[in-house]
Amino acid sequence: MMTNRPSLWHWFSNGVFYLAMIMLSLVFMTPVLWLLSSSLQSLSGVFSVPYQWIPQPLHWENYRSVLTGLPFVRYFGNTLLITGLVLFGTWLSSSMVAYGFSRLKFRGRQTMFSLCIATMLLPGQVTMIPLYILFARLGWVDTLLPLIVPAFFGSPFYIFLLRQFFLTIPFDYDEAARLDGAGPWRIYWHIILPQAKPALATVTVFSFIGVWNDFFNPLIYINSFEKATLTLGLNFLKTQIIGSGVTQWPVLMAAAVLVLVPNVLIFLLAQRHFIKGINVGGLRG
Amino acid sequence: MHHRHTLKTHLTGYLFISPWLIGFILFSLGPMLLSLFMSFTRWSLLSPPQWVGWENYREALFHDPLVYKSLWNTAYYTVFSVPLGVLFSLLLALLLNRNLKGQKFFRTVFFLPSVTNMVAVSILWMWIFNPEFGLLNRALSLAGVAGPLWLQSETWAKPALILMSLWGIGGGMIITLAALQGIAPELYEAAELDGARAGRRFCHITLPMISPALFFNLIMNTIGSFQVFTQAFVMTASSAEGSEGGPNNATLFFVLYLYKKAFQQFKMGYASTLAWILFVIILFFTILQFRLSRRWVYYESGGNRR
Repeated sequence: MMTNRPSLWHWFSNGVFYLAMIMLSLVFMTPVLWLLSSSLQSLSGVFSVPYQWIPQPLHWENYRSVLTGLPFVRYFGNTLLITGLVLFGTWLSSSMVAYGFSRLKFRGRQTMFSLCIATMLLPGQVTMIPLYILFARLGWVDTLLPLIVPAFFGSPFYIFLLRQFFLTIPFDYDEAARLDGAGPWRIYWHIILPQAKPALATVTVFSFIGVWNDFFNPLIYINSFEKATLTLGLNFLKTQIIGSGVTQWPVLMAAAVLVLVPNVLIFLLAQRHFIKGINVGGLRG
Repeated sequence: MHHRHTLKTHLTGYLFISPWLIGFILFSLGPMLLSLFMSFTRWSLLSPPQWVGWENYREALFHDPLVYKSLWNTAYYTVFSVPLGVLFSLLLALLLNRNLKGQKFFRTVFFLPSVTNMVAVSILWMWIFNPEFGLLNRALSLAGVAGPLWLQSETWAKPALILMSLWGIGGGMIITLAALQGIAPELYEAAELDGARAGRRFCHITLPMISPALFFNLIMNTIGSFQVFTQAFVMTASSAEGSEGGPNNATLFFVLYLYKKAFQQFKMGYASTLAWILFVIILFFTILQFRLSRRWVYYESGGNRR
């Protein structure tokens, strides 16, 4: 009988934990269910009391009116273009810099690396106004360039993540390649980069989510409707709908769902890489 | 020969880090210095900058009531959302740390909201906070409570945004969870042999071992909270440009005010002054937290206690 007691207690406490987790996940999921439900309601449906969680019938036309009322496909294309180019620039530049910081010896390396890490703590507000003026002088305001070009100059967080990873690759590889006559560029390109795929995946996920969801930069640099990103376009739609008498909440919710879908898909597919990146950045940083 | 070889290796090193180095000068150091200079000027972009000395700082610190209003709003938001966020992310991490079946599913549910599009999330919460037909007040009315006007109320607009911020604590939860899972089981076994109860084990093993993670969350959340912008910009504006900031500026946060000065009123000099004030405040609190952390953060290597 005595041996039974711990397991009974174990069962009981597991039950309590399960209950707590189920309750909390319901709390966390309710806003999402409300979003989906509202996006399929008619206008009178969202105002009905009591609320019907499953609309009868399902008003899919809310989605159609988002897709036809807004240049949504265009926003999608713009966002995709920006994201693709930013990813390309980030891979190239951040990995190059990380290689320099992790596997080459040169004078001032430690100082430079500390400086690089320190810029992570610099609040963006301090540089955003001069940057805006710089890009305005270059004639880049209301083009996609300010959203893309900086990515080609490396980003401290990704440099840090990649450097941490590069340090775990045995230095024997470099040595062997050097004996075969390979220079640093070849070692970087043919030996380090191919092995860095997991770290590059982490960088990709972070960068994708960051750029896809960026609001501030498109907000200050893009003025034309047709150049907007999905996020900025969604805000345009919000301003338009809130300003027009009765608020079309179902249409607004449908638009929000459409913006969230690619975001959530990427997250679900790559959650593993995301978690790894957070932990490397959080615990060793 | 040897000398030339080392010179070349130094050069190669700098060549590899050159993208960052050039970017650092062009996009960080240069703008930072320029912004410091601008904070002493009046500059509307249309005319050349005009040197005004300490005028902007005097105006911001002694004469502009909205500076204090926005600082107060930001402090209010930070004081509640940061500790609550750290606490709740710890609770969620402790629940997940039981490694029960379905742990991955629950983790995804808690984590997902923190990595989604802030504008879409803000629009969703605007609707949740709708006084008459929103989810929250519908739920409250089922419990017989007449809910407040939330975003349209001067009193409740900030609590609404704080409540919403708790939906996005997933990142902190993940960091805390990793720290919990990094604790060596032997520590608990040894404590159990010594007869330490669960409460004591938590206070004397768990908390010290995860204190670096909690500290990291505290700092990052504080910095993030001082810079809160998107929610306030999207959720508390009517359709008219310049109306952001909620009822009687109840949700005019510091960065939102800075944005309005810079990009709606084009007072670039004054906005730079505000940016530097923000920078100094963030720096001050970061250093303060680092100092205080020596008292309660435990690092295994002991590197922090010199």
